Amino acid sequence: MKALKRIGSILKTVCLYALLAVYLSPFAFVAVNAFKSRREILSNPFGLPQVWSLSNFINAFNRMGFVSAFVNSLIITVFSVIVIAVFSAMTAYLFVRTNWLFNKVMFFAMVAAMLIPFQAIMIPLVQIYGGLNLLNSRWILVYMYLGFGTSFAVFLYHGFIKSIPLELEEAALIDGCSRLQVFFKIVFPLLKSTTITLIILNVLWIWNDFLLPSLVLISPANRTLPLTTFYFHGTYTSDYGLLMAALALTILPVIIFYAFLQKHIIKGVMEGAIKA
Amino acid sequence: MFPAFFVCTKSEVQRVLALEKRFIDKLKTYLIFAGPTTLAFLTVIILPFLFGIYLTFTNWDGIAKAYDFVGFSNYVTVFRDDAFWRSFLLTVKYVAYTVVIVNTLGFILAYILTGDQVPGQNLLRTGFFVPNLIGGIILGLVWRFIFSNILVFIGRQLNISFLSYSWLTNPDKVLWTLVIVSVWQYSGYMMIIFIAGLVNIPKDLIEAARIDGANGFQRLRMLILPLMVPSFIVTVFLTIQRGFMVYDVNLALTQGGPFKTSELISMHVYEKAFLAQQYGVGQSQAFFLFLLVAAISVTQVYFSKKLEVEA
Repeated sequence: MKALKRIGSILKTVCLYALLAVYLSPFAFVAVNAFKSRREILSNPFGLPQVWSLSNFINAFNRMGFVSAFVNSLIITVFSVIVIAVFSAMTAYLFVRTNWLFNKVMFFAMVAAMLIPFQAIMIPLVQIYGGLNLLNSRWILVYMYLGFGTSFAVFLYHGFIKSIPLELEEAALIDGCSRLQVFFKIVFPLLKSTTITLIILNVLWIWNDFLLPSLVLISPANRTLPLTTFYFHGTYTSDYGLLMAALALTILPVIIFYAFLQKHIIKGVMEGAIKA
Repeated sequence: MFPAFFVCTKSEVQRVLALEKRFIDKLKTYLIFAGPTTLAFLTVIILPFLFGIYLTFTNWDGIAKAYDFVGFSNYVTVFRDDAFWRSFLLTVKYVAYTVVIVNTLGFILAYILTGDQVPGQNLLRTGFFVPNLIGGIILGLVWRFIFSNILVFIGRQLNISFLSYSWLTNPDKVLWTLVIVSVWQYSGYMMIIFIAGLVNIPKDLIEAARIDGANGFQRLRMLILPLMVPSFIVTVFLTIQRGFMVYDVNLALTQGGPFKTSELISMHVYEKAFLAQQYGVGQSQAFFLFLLVAAISVTQVYFSKKLEVEA
């Protein structure tokens, strides 16, 4: 009986690792084929490259304008994430600590608006901002991310701030701190774990987003990494080696980011889902 | 303002916190704390949402200065549009398959990975999650290569007939490529949510069931699954929402082809508005979609709440 159980558990482990291998195999195929020429790929996509040449990577890196796309993605993601976190935490703080009718209405509107999918907004959004000639700017995109991201962020912070005891703030207020000082010196540091959760969820969303930036960023110089990779794919449809190198270059930074922060990321996703 | 001997009672503090008495002070505080978010929220979500509803009653092409009110005729057009309904039914089918498979697989993985110690548990959890880190566009492009090169190569080498031609060009199979990629993409994510739920089930409860003679399957069916309803509410909600809204993977993997047999609803709306320049009709479709998804989500959460039990 014990032996049977042991065999069962070994079998289970083997199955799990086999499934994991299947799960990760697409990335392995991209990585290996990125080193090969088109002819090599067509004759056998499984084989290892005859020579491990970096030329596909170098060509892809230059032709897709990797640096500019990466910097665009970085600027947009970093600024959006910071702006969403700071302003939403402030808003949630105000909403929790005051009971003005208008705040209640706004909070309700924000929570309800979380049900509106992006597709229901995109057409008028493009019409309005296009009509005002405000499209094609990275900063407008950051502003839009604030609009799209703030509801969830306020909701997330709101739940946590409610549990912070008032006494801490009272003391500071009596010592003559202004409301703003109280917030930044006392409340915001207490929100650290919520802020980390929120930042992780938002980085994953904004870094990978496609539809919104594809509508807002028109000129190629402003394009983010997903946009650039997609258009690059459209230009070199059948040059497989080059395409695989481009995909590998796009995927690599995310994997590195994940390798360093995987504990936080998994925890962030768990907490985001529980609170939501 | 506050003399040194100021004795602080609870109500006084409330008063301090609500320092702002006059409207102008309240307004100032509001603008400092909630001004940026309110402005962005109103101009990016609410204004376009309302303008969008207005658009559905016009025949604007997006360019002309003048346009007419057309009443409900856009909605009538939508309801009579075969292409819209075809795309809609396709999406429903896609969502149904994805929701069932993603949640089943995600739960099984989570259940195994929280049970008896498996070597390298963390590595497995981390690994299954990887596809979620990467955007739908990139995933779609990766799988385009897998479907059109790798699988076809396997099929031809091993003489497996159903693999020897790319599924991406086969109208009967192309929907399954989208389902496969979505399952691959989301099951790891749902697994994480299920793990969070499973580790919160009190151990002594399961132990008690074991002592009472419930076998593994009975414990799962009678105890664990009912206690996991809150997690399922979240995961089903997320899979439905994402399923109806999927666009990136659709665009990168199949581009709606062949012959629009894989054009899901988001892509259909996009094409109607931005390529066919029928903004009114496109927005009516989008708005219809919003109402439907909101209704489904609310109903789903409402009915599954009824299944919830207290631990």
